[in-house]
This record gives sequence, structure tokens and C-alpha cells, in this order.
Amino acid sequence: MSTKMVEGKTIISARINGQTSDFIAEPRDSLLDVLRENLQLTGAKEGCNNGNCGACNVIMDGRLVNSCCVLAVEANNTEITTIEGVGSPDDLHPIQESFLENAALQCGICTPGFIVSTKALLEENPNPTEHEIRYWLAGNLCRCTGYDKIVRAVQDAATRMQEGSK
Amino acid sequence: MQSIKYAAPTSVEDAVDVLAEYGDKARVLAGGTDLIVQVREWGRDVGIFVDAKTIPELTELAMDSSEGLTLGAAVPCYQIYGNDAVRESYPGLIDAVSMIGGTAIQGRASVGGNLCNSGPAGDSIPPLIIYSAICNVAGPNGTRQIKVEDFCTGPGRNCLEDNELLVSLSLPAPAKSSGAHYLRFIPRNEMDIAVVDAGANITLDGDSISEARIALGAVAPTPLYLADAGSALVGKPATEDSFKEAASVCREAATPITDMRGTIEYRKHMSGVLAMRALRGALTRARGGDVNVH
Amino acid sequence: MAVDEIVTKSGDFKVIGKRPIRHDGADKVTGRATYGSDISLQGMLYGRVLRSPHAHADIKSIDTTDAEAYPGVHAVITSKDYPNVESKLVEGGEAGSQDLSYMSANKMARGKVLYHGHPVAAVAAETRDAAEEATRLIKVEYEVLEPILSARRGREKSSPLLHDTLYTDTEGEKDTEPSNVAEHRIYGTGDIEKGFAEADVIVENEYDTATVHQGYIEPHNATALWREDGSLDIWCSSQGHFWMRNETAKILQHPVSKIKVTPMEIGGGFGGKTLTYLETPAALLSKKSGRPVKMWMDRTEVLQSTGPTPGSWIKVKVGATNDGKITAAQVEISIEAGGFPGGPLHPCCLTSLAPYNLENAQVDGYDVVVNKPKSAAYRAPGATMSEFAVETTMDELAEKIGMDSLEFHMLNASKEGDWRVDGPRFLRVGNIECIEAIKSSDHWTTPLQAATEPNKVRGRGMASGFWGNATLTSSARGRVNEDGSVTLVEGSCDIGGSRTSIAMQMAETLGISEQDIVPIVGDTDDAGYTAVTGGSRTTAVTGLAAYNAANEIMAKMSTGLAEVWEVKSDDVTSQNGRFSCNGHDLSFKEAAALLHDNDIQVTGQSTVTPKTPAGAFSCQAADIELDLETGKVEILRYTIAQDAGTAIYPPYVEGQMQGGVAQGIGWALNEEYWYDDEGHLRNSSLLDYRMPTALDLPMIDTIIVEVPNPDHPYGVRGVGEVCIVPPPAAIANAIHNAVGVRMHELPMSPPKVTAALATAGKLQT
Repeated sequence: MSTKMVEGKTIISARINGQTSDFIAEPRDSLLDVLRENLQLTGAKEGCNNGNCGACNVIMDGRLVNSCCVLAVEANNTEITTIEGVGSPDDLHPIQESFLENAALQCGICTPGFIVSTKALLEENPNPTEHEIRYWLAGNLCRCTGYDKIVRAVQDAATRMQEGSK
Repeated sequence: MQSIKYAAPTSVEDAVDVLAEYGDKARVLAGGTDLIVQVREWGRDVGIFVDAKTIPELTELAMDSSEGLTLGAAVPCYQIYGNDAVRESYPGLIDAVSMIGGTAIQGRASVGGNLCNSGPAGDSIPPLIIYSAICNVAGPNGTRQIKVEDFCTGPGRNCLEDNELLVSLSLPAPAKSSGAHYLRFIPRNEMDIAVVDAGANITLDGDSISEARIALGAVAPTPLYLADAGSALVGKPATEDSFKEAASVCREAATPITDMRGTIEYRKHMSGVLAMRALRGALTRARGGDVNVH
Repeated sequence: MAVDEIVTKSGDFKVIGKRPIRHDGADKVTGRATYGSDISLQGMLYGRVLRSPHAHADIKSIDTTDAEAYPGVHAVITSKDYPNVESKLVEGGEAGSQDLSYMSANKMARGKVLYHGHPVAAVAAETRDAAEEATRLIKVEYEVLEPILSARRGREKSSPLLHDTLYTDTEGEKDTEPSNVAEHRIYGTGDIEKGFAEADVIVENEYDTATVHQGYIEPHNATALWREDGSLDIWCSSQGHFWMRNETAKILQHPVSKIKVTPMEIGGGFGGKTLTYLETPAALLSKKSGRPVKMWMDRTEVLQSTGPTPGSWIKVKVGATNDGKITAAQVEISIEAGGFPGGPLHPCCLTSLAPYNLENAQVDGYDVVVNKPKSAAYRAPGATMSEFAVETTMDELAEKIGMDSLEFHMLNASKEGDWRVDGPRFLRVGNIECIEAIKSSDHWTTPLQAATEPNKVRGRGMASGFWGNATLTSSARGRVNEDGSVTLVEGSCDIGGSRTSIAMQMAETLGISEQDIVPIVGDTDDAGYTAVTGGSRTTAVTGLAAYNAANEIMAKMSTGLAEVWEVKSDDVTSQNGRFSCNGHDLSFKEAAALLHDNDIQVTGQSTVTPKTPAGAFSCQAADIELDLETGKVEILRYTIAQDAGTAIYPPYVEGQMQGGVAQGIGWALNEEYWYDDEGHLRNSSLLDYRMPTALDLPMIDTIIVEVPNPDHPYGVRGVGEVCIVPPPAAIANAIHNAVGVRMHELPMSPPKVTAALATAGKLQT
């Protein structure tokens, strides 16, 4: 029987934002828990802990996921991008620049989730319609903005990224 | 969450062994978007997650023009709607998997998981019913097949034994001149559990209906296969009037409850409305047209 | 304070009205900004709260022995660890005065639980999981009592008492028998009987609105460290750290001077974070364990136990002549205060009829306790439900007279000098200007296209709203640095761009770029006293403090330069960011460097408490499409016109307007607390507490109307709140326009709309 069994603490190894990261977790821990508590990557936020708000979004093996609905043990040997892996304060990603220039945030708590979600969207669909943007982002709740400026920021980011890649 | 174990079996046999050992303390983990939340919020008696994604048969998707679709139980939604052949042949299933829970949920959630969660409102279950899906189940004594309409037995309950594992779903190749459509009613435009959902699959013979399967969700303790509503359509012309009769049967058969998502009266009313819309959509597709889903 | 003149008008500003990148922007888009739950301290423990499973029950006993023995547990507390406090009125921040003993009991139940989720005990342990497991080992014996779940029920004499010592206060007179009605307020002007007798048309309606929550995405959090010397440090996400300090001091009977609250970034508040929840349990757990204790709520706890806005029961009667003049209006409002008294009764009453100039009016308001969480402020508390009731009744009245609703609004509009029903006269306000803005808007002047699908109809509606705005106290201090930058320490938690809008006002006054201002939200030790970021007061009042501080800086720099140049300080002129005298002419930067070189350091500061708030009006228009089979309402187009006085930071003014509208739309269509008959909140998750997603809303068009506030140097008027007031009424009026059915309940969810359609014979099957 070649079934791997994990009980109690185990070492997880994953590539997070391009760097190999080894950390300890238990099966009860979510990926969100370990990002925030073990790895001090507090950009992903806990808004609901049940997949309804998107504040915990990360990209895992190329797919946008809610890190609150992934166990830390499931992240073993995966490639993860968190908000900390998107641009940096000195060199912002076009999506981040666009969010700032379009005032697409107020309190900012949902912003990391939106930016990660937008990154995943534009990688899959570089020129989305307004409807496609709203559909993709329906899983990211914002209570401050009413989404108007967020959608415009995504449209603007799409334009910047297409121009940038020419 | 309480202290819990995790197992990652790499074969169906190994998985069945773990399930047999842990009995009702084990839960099979596919996408986890329902299960992890449930264990965290109220599943205090769960002792072990058994990962389905480490088992090859559960993560494979195979399409054959004559055999149909074999869908591994843990295949995530995004892989299903990302597959052109599945999109082409099973648009009614694509309707469902492209709207479950939003983009991030679709990155993990699976049809097998949705079925085993056995919610009365499970989005993917009416499409499975209308496509006559068969559940391939493995246990200590080998494999067995279960018709998907017989799978769920009550809210959150199904006919799997503690030591059984849903391996895959087999959907027969769709008949010529058939079309299927699934839709749900939710108060917002995404992110809600269906208040009522419905699927219809019809096969045309000229302008009349030679076969019809209709299913409703969220109006009974389990998703409902309305065999009577479907058989009443056989031989009838594919018209609004025929559909109205079928919708009326659906309304009668629905036995919803009042809860925070809807009232009995509203759900009964919507059973008829959605049955009509599902049938219209199925007809459009049977005739080669397209249905704007969202 | 009156201001002699508004400094410059829009258009002449160099900084105000522009769209700079906010100072905290880079951190917020990179995930670097530190919110309350992001904090980590050496030796930190984690706390969890045990909450009541019952809506109404006596606590017979609590046994914490097994919890205390659980591995990893360092401390367990109950109300026994809280000091006894008197039953006396204390200021309650935005909520008005509150009874201190009720305030304390809301944080940790004493003898009785009043709502599902009421805290009963708390545990601190090495891990959050251990704390959670330990809470499950606390044995509480309850005697369950019958709950009251509506204001209607609470007003019945037969309803079981929540508090034996609660006597209805009617305009200062207390009843002799206890009841569940905490307060009855009466407002009025003129003679409504005479007014109704003069009316040609009278409309009377009754409304019910459901409990809704502010819905901030960030749950409450608090981290506390109680040191051996009795000093208490708290880090939390709040809308007012000085208020958090005050409340903590009063409830724990601990000196204010020994409490320091550090404001973390805050992930939304909308009024719901203007009071403490986890601060006192965390503090007491820290005191008992000797370690820092970090606590945060999960979403279930947020919805179950933090103040939502009251549900309400409202009756409206209005009368008018055939040519559209309102002759009388009468409103009776009963709001659900929650488990303890103190709902937003006063603002609920004063805003109800505010859009109208009335000779004869009466408003009766009742604050009713019910077994739901103690209500807290939610963006223009009380106004949305009362104006929903009034604005839909007015729409009906206009219809019966045969007058366009917008013209009816214009004809009866309140303006400067008119009496408000609660007493004061309106100061300069932009009610009429906002209605005119909607009237001439592209939205209103573009005919509504008919629906294209057979089962759908479309309609258009409008509504107005008012919010008084608060003033309270704010402080700001600017210190000139040698490189010409100014470090601005102010005390307003930044919920959405206020650091920058306050910095912009200072920069405008100094004649420099806002990029040269370094705004910091100081903690309670270093910032001057500043009240909550709420009440739509922050840009205006903290901005005023910054303006005053800037003027003091200019004066001191002039004096300093006079010293250096050996001239009289009156001879130094400062204008447009330059200082000159007798051939000397320096930029602000150059002056700062020169003063530093001469060992002259300049700081300017100000604390202000303006007397007269500048209220704000908003007028909004909604186009909707209604599905006659499903009862679902789609918003096709939405326009908000709002008087901002002067828009300091326009993209963030627009953002506030759009955000308030979005919340109002959620309130209108789908948000509600769903309780079972025993008083359990059944939809305490974001799956079933349905807030709008990006797919549920269109773009929201904003028209910033500028009727400057005469009491502010830059004419600023608060914008944060009034935006949430009109949407439910605008949408209800649009539904009526579409299908001829009037909705009298919130939310106007599909089952409710279909029931109304069915009653009217308009439901399609």
C-alpha cells in the first residue's frame, strides 16, 4: 500500500512566488492559514473562510483558487503566486498601477484578491468584455467601491498590458 | 478545525482500503470547496481526508464519439468546460459547470464532488440526470454501476457505503438531433445556491419529440428525475403547449420547503417557469442553435 | 466656527480637485499594508470567544474548569473578569448616549444572553485551534426564554421583557412599568390635523424593512498586551482609536492614560467599527495570561454578533393639494435596537421628511429592544429605511395627483432657512441643486427603451435623501522637515483615501504639492484627540484642522524668516507657497531649508470642534428591468447626484457615492437577516447574506454637485453617507413605474416581488 498518510505536523514544500518554501503544517490547516501565520504572507486575507468573497485568492498551478478552500497539505509540490509575487512597491505590475490610477480601491482589503484574480483573468483572456470581467470577478466581493472603478481599472490594465507586449 | 488526518492514495484499491479502515470518519476530498468548509464549520466527527486527486482514474477525462464521456470524479470544472469535445457534445453539463460558485471555485470543484455532496440544489446533478449518467463506484467487493438519478437519497445523503468510492461518471454519447439545457434561478447573478434549478434533454424526430428527460433541483429532498414529465412529451410536437403540460407536471411533482432561499409557493411557481425555460433551451440546441447562458 | 470666506473656488485650486495617487496606495495594491489581523507579536497567544446558542436565555452557571485544563490554554475569562459598572449614560460615539452597564454587558453577557451569538466567555491559548477546542469545553447552563424578533412584537405589552429595569422614556418622562420600548421621541411642527383637512389627496402606507449588516469584508480584530505596569496596548482595525480607548477605559475601569490604541489599516467599517467588540476580551485575556493576545472574528461571528442596522416597522401618511403642495406629513417609526437599547432613533426620525419643506409634520419614533445583536451605526443610520417609506409614499402621492415625481420633489423641496422636523433650520444645502442635476442628466433625459423579452418590463424611478453629517472633534499637526516636506500627523483612521484628502487640504493651504506631505495616522499617544472616521466628517473636520495647522505653520515660518532676515514678521508675506520680504523671495522648500540651517523648527497644530454640521442631499435615478415570471430585478442604469460642497479628492468622492449606492442596492433587493422562530440567525455566511457581486451591478454614474459649505474654508461637505439613503426608494419607484405595483417591504427579493405581482394579477407563469 503506497498511501501517504499525514497525521499531525508535516513538512510541506512548495514554490511560492518563484522561491522554494518549506514550512510546517497540519492537515487541519488551510493554505490561507499557513500563508498568513507560518509564512507571514499576509496579503491574502480572510474575509469569509468559505469561498464566498475571494479575499484569499491565490494562483495555484496556474489556476485561480480560494486559498481558504485548499488544505496546506494539498499545496505540496505546487507552484503558487500570491499578491506578494505580483509586482513590488518599486516596480508595480500594470494591474497595480491601473488600480491606483483608477482609484479602484478604498479600504483596500479586497484589493489583493482582485489583483490576483485580474492577473489570472488577463492571462487567460487578454481582452475581456465588461461582462466577461464582471463574470470572472463575481467571486471577489467589494463592499466599498460598487465595482465601477474596479472594472474600469481592469479594462485599463488590459489595454496597458496589450500595449506593453507589442 | 479539529485535529484530522490526511491520506493520499494512488490507486482505487488503496483508497478503498483507507475508507474501509476509517468507515464513517473518512471523507473523500476532491475539490474541497464544500468539504473543507463543512468540516471546518460543523463536521466535528470527520477524522480523515482521503484525497481523490492522487488517484489517476478519478482525475481523467476521456471522450469518445461512440462511447461518450468518462468523467473522473475529481476532475475540476475548469477542465470540463475547457474541453472542446465536451463543450460540443454536452452543453447542458457545461451550462452547470461554468456557473458553479464563481471562477475560483471552478478552479477546484468537481462534478463528482458536487454529486457526492448530494445537496438537493447541486448544480451539476440535473445535467447528469438528463444525460442519463451512470455512476461507477468501487468498493471492497469490486465495482458497481448506479443510475445517477438513484444516487442521492436525502439532503446530503447518498447510497454509497462507507467503504465505497465514486470513481467516475459515464455519460452516453448524445443522440442525433438531441439538445439539452440546464439553468438555475438565483437571486443575485452568481455565487448563490440555486433556489430552483432545472435541466431538460430532448431528442427530435422531425418536429416531434422522440425522447425527453427532465430533472429539477432544490424542490425535493433530492434532485428529482421527472420521468412522467419526460415520457408525457414523447410523441408530442415540440411546441410551447406541449412544454406547458410538461411544466405543469413538474410543478405538481415538486415538494419544496420554505427556507432562507425561497418559499414553497415561490419554488412551486419557479419549477414551472424553469422547466419551460430548460425545455425551450433544449429545443433550440436540438435544432442546432445556441443558448446564451450568462 | 464661521469662516470669513471660502478661500478659493473650485477651478482656482492647485491641489484640491485633482487626482493624485493616494499616499498609501503602493502598500495597498501589493498586500504590504498591515491590517489588524496581519499583526504578529512575540509570545502572542490567540483568543476565541464562546457565544450564546440561544437568542434569549438566563445564564444559570458557567463552568470553565475543563477549558482551563486544555493543553495550550493560558487564560479563560467570563463577565466575572469584567468590573461592575454603573447603570449610567455615557457618550456612545456615533450611536449617541448609551447606558454603560448595557454597553459592558454587550461585550460579555452578564446573567442573561440577549441574542444568538452574544459573547459568554473567551479563551486564550497557544494556537487558535486550541483556543477554539477549549471554548467547546466550557459548560454553560441556560434557561431558555421566549425571544422577541420584531419591533411590532416588542411594542406589544404582552411581549416578554428583555430587561426588567427598562422603562420607556418619552421626551424625558419615564413610564412606571418596564417594557421593551426604550424610548419614544416626538418631533413636530405646525398642526397635522389642520394640514390633513386641507389635503385633496391623502396616501397612507405601512412598511417593514429587514435587518441588514454593514458587510465590511474585513472581520473585527483586536490584539492586546497588558503589561506588568498596568499599561495596556491595543492594536485594532477601527474607525476611531480614541473612541476605542475611551470605551475600553470605561468598561474595564482602567485609566485612559494607561491605554494606547494603535490604529491598524481598516478593511471597511461603514459605522460598524466605531465601537469595541474584541478589545476588552483580548485585554482581559492578556492581563490574565501575561502575554499578548490576538483575536479576530470569523464571518459567522461578524454576522451573528456585531451590530447590524435595525429592522423597522414604519407608517407614513401624507396629504397634498391637487396642485402638488404637501399640506401634512406624519410618520411613525419603530426600530429594532437589538438586545440593548440605543438604536439610531433620532437620525432615523429627522431624516425621514428632510427633503421636504413642511408646515405641518409629526414624527413619532420608538426604540424597541429585540433579541437580535445590538444594532450599530450603518452609513447614515436610520435614514435609508425611513426615507424608503417616505419617498415611496411621496411617489404614490405624486402619481395620484397626476404630477411627475421629480417635479413634485422640486415643488416641495426644502432649502436654506426651512425648518427641519427636529428643530434646526436648514443651513445652505444643495437639495434643489441635486434634483436639478438629475433632471438635466443624460440618464433622465434619455428615454427608457422598452424591454425586448416578452416576460420583462422596464421602469424608471427617482428618490431623494438627506444626511445631517456630524462634526465632533479632529486634530492635526504638521511638522516642517528640512527638505521642505511636511509630516502631517492626524488622528483619522483611513478607510478610503482620507489620508490623502486631508494632506491635499494642507498642501493647498501651504502652496505645495500633496506629494510633499507625509500623512500619518497617529496613535492615541501621539495624535491629537480625534473622533471617529464616520459621520461624513473626516474630510471636512480633520481637513479643517489641517488647514488651521497649515496656517499656523505659515505664520511661524514667516516669524522664523523674519528673525533670519532681521525684519519685522508683519513684513514677511506668504502667498502661493512663497515667502518674500524686501527682495528676499523663497519657495516653501527653500524657506524650510533656511530655517533648519538656522535651528528654527516649525510645527503647526490645531484641534477643532465645529458647531454646525453641513448636511448633504442626494438625488438618485434608477432604471430597472423586472422579470414578470421570476420577480427578479436587474439594475440597468443608475445615476447618483450628490452635494459634496467641494470635492477635494474627486475619484474618492465618486467612489464613496458609488459604494453607498451599491450597498443601497443590496439593501433594496436581497440583503436581510433570516431568523428562525427561536431567534437563531440562519444565514450567517456570505453565501446566504447576499451582497451585490460585480455581476449584479452596472456602471454607476456620478454627478458631483458643489454647493460649498459656508462653514468650511474649502467648502467641504461630508459625502460618505447620504449616498446609501435613496436607492431602495428609487428602485421601488422604478418597479412601480414598470409594472404598477408598490412594494412595502425590504428587501424586494424575488419571492416578495412575485407575491406582490400575484396579488396584483400581474405574475406571469
